[in-house]
Amino acid sequence: MGADIPIFLKPFQWVGAATLSILQEAGRLAAFAGRVKIAAITPPLYVMEILRQIIRIGYFSLPVVGLTAIFTGAALALNIYVGGSRFNAEQFVPNIVVLGITRELGPVLAALMLAGRVSAGIAAEIGTMKVTEQIDALHTLSTDPFRYLYAPRFWAAVLSLPILVFIADIIGVYGGYLVSTGTLDFSGSLYIRNTMNYVTSSDIAGGMIKAAIFGGIVALMGCYHGSNSRGGASGVGRAATLAVVSSAVLIFFSNFLLTTLFARIGL
Amino acid sequence: MTDILLQLKDVHKAFGPKHVLNGFDIDVAPGKSLVIIGGSGTGKSVSLKCALGLMAPDKGEIFFDGKKLTHNDRAAREAMLKRTGMLFQGAALFDSLPIWKNVAFRLLHHSKMSGSDAKDLAIQTLQKVRLSAEVADLYPSELSGGMQKRVGLARAIATEPDLIFFDEPTTGLDPITADAINDLIVEQVKGLGAASVSITHDMPSARKIGDEIAMLFDGKIIWRGPADSVDDSGNAYVDQFVHGRADGPIQPAM
Repeated sequence: MGADIPIFLKPFQWVGAATLSILQEAGRLAAFAGRVKIAAITPPLYVMEILRQIIRIGYFSLPVVGLTAIFTGAALALNIYVGGSRFNAEQFVPNIVVLGITRELGPVLAALMLAGRVSAGIAAEIGTMKVTEQIDALHTLSTDPFRYLYAPRFWAAVLSLPILVFIADIIGVYGGYLVSTGTLDFSGSLYIRNTMNYVTSSDIAGGMIKAAIFGGIVALMGCYHGSNSRGGASGVGRAATLAVVSSAVLIFFSNFLLTTLFARIGL
Repeated sequence: MTDILLQLKDVHKAFGPKHVLNGFDIDVAPGKSLVIIGGSGTGKSVSLKCALGLMAPDKGEIFFDGKKLTHNDRAAREAMLKRTGMLFQGAALFDSLPIWKNVAFRLLHHSKMSGSDAKDLAIQTLQKVRLSAEVADLYPSELSGGMQKRVGLARAIATEPDLIFFDEPTTGLDPITADAINDLIVEQVKGLGAASVSITHDMPSARKIGDEIAMLFDGKIIWRGPADSVDDSGNAYVDQFVHGRADGPIQPAM
């Protein structure tokens, strides 16, 4: 078929084929996400599996998220101090640190850490189950993998990430506090008072709403790419890579959409 | 129960231009053991996956105990799966679960049996396949290949099914372990009075497990007969395969 097309039209053929391929992938992903969400809200729910995944996805991610938050808060405070000093606005360090951490950096960085640690892990685990016929075995034992494997991971990520982000917010602000009081000569009590006076519940709530959505993205990407892996070890490796990359891109894209939406509704 | 427990009629399955099954027909009576032999890539596993509903055939009909199964009829498929067991080629044990939960998986998730009763039953079933109770709390990665196959067999027979599928049950095992697995399969299948469908290219296994042997070639069954007649089938394809000769009508898959 391709040989019949004049050479100068080939680029259009490539663009068309790529567009179709992207739309097909988007359609498959949407159908997969729909099935996961239906499985997540209709019985039977595997409650013990959800709890087990909360431990794996949430609890064991706490150290990496905490470390990311404290260094980010500290670096953010230094940068704001350097930038603010150009306008004699150094005193706004606590205000901008808490705003930056709760509204933007907390949810985005925690989600990116989860994309690296959890999405890749889910994709590798499910991919291995696929290539070793464990998913087929589930089917023969009358168990739907959407209910037994994917929905618990989806719930665990959606529930865990907001809690992780809340903790990251506190640790991130503390990182800013340590640097500001340790090297920038801020008064500790003044720093805390400025932080508490400036941050609002909607700042924190907005970050946690973002976190729940990012958690869903991380779990879905891991499950989707894992369940589509083929061809042994290399296929599983490719699935893990795709899960991380697609999670990260979708986190940034949805962060932009959510920030725009929150700005419009005044959250 | 009907005279024929499982029947596949004129099943076709293609992957792109490659026609793997091309008018595949088999039937299995209750309590009988059928072994399907054939070379690599001839569609043995695909035929099993179609029978189990893991793959939708492009064309053809599948009946279980007289009821027609379609890929979208989940109730009929569930009714069939409740009465079947499956031993996968690599055992396909769930590596996040201890052995006893693997064996009792269906009982834990699809019956009202308590955890302790399910564990007791799992241990009894493990003993049937010559594994001790100490194995129950280990994880699959802590077992050898032969032991994993035994656990897979225990999982397949735990609910006392009417039909058991075996996908290359002896592949990857040394001859002695393979023979031990064959003995266990015969003992357990006959003990349950179940029917079985096995696919293999291991002739000693086929001769030992099967009441009947069928040869799959070019997407369809080209010969079927009693297991003890496979050596003098009068079919050139079967003769070449059974005697493992490179020369003959079948071209080596290289």
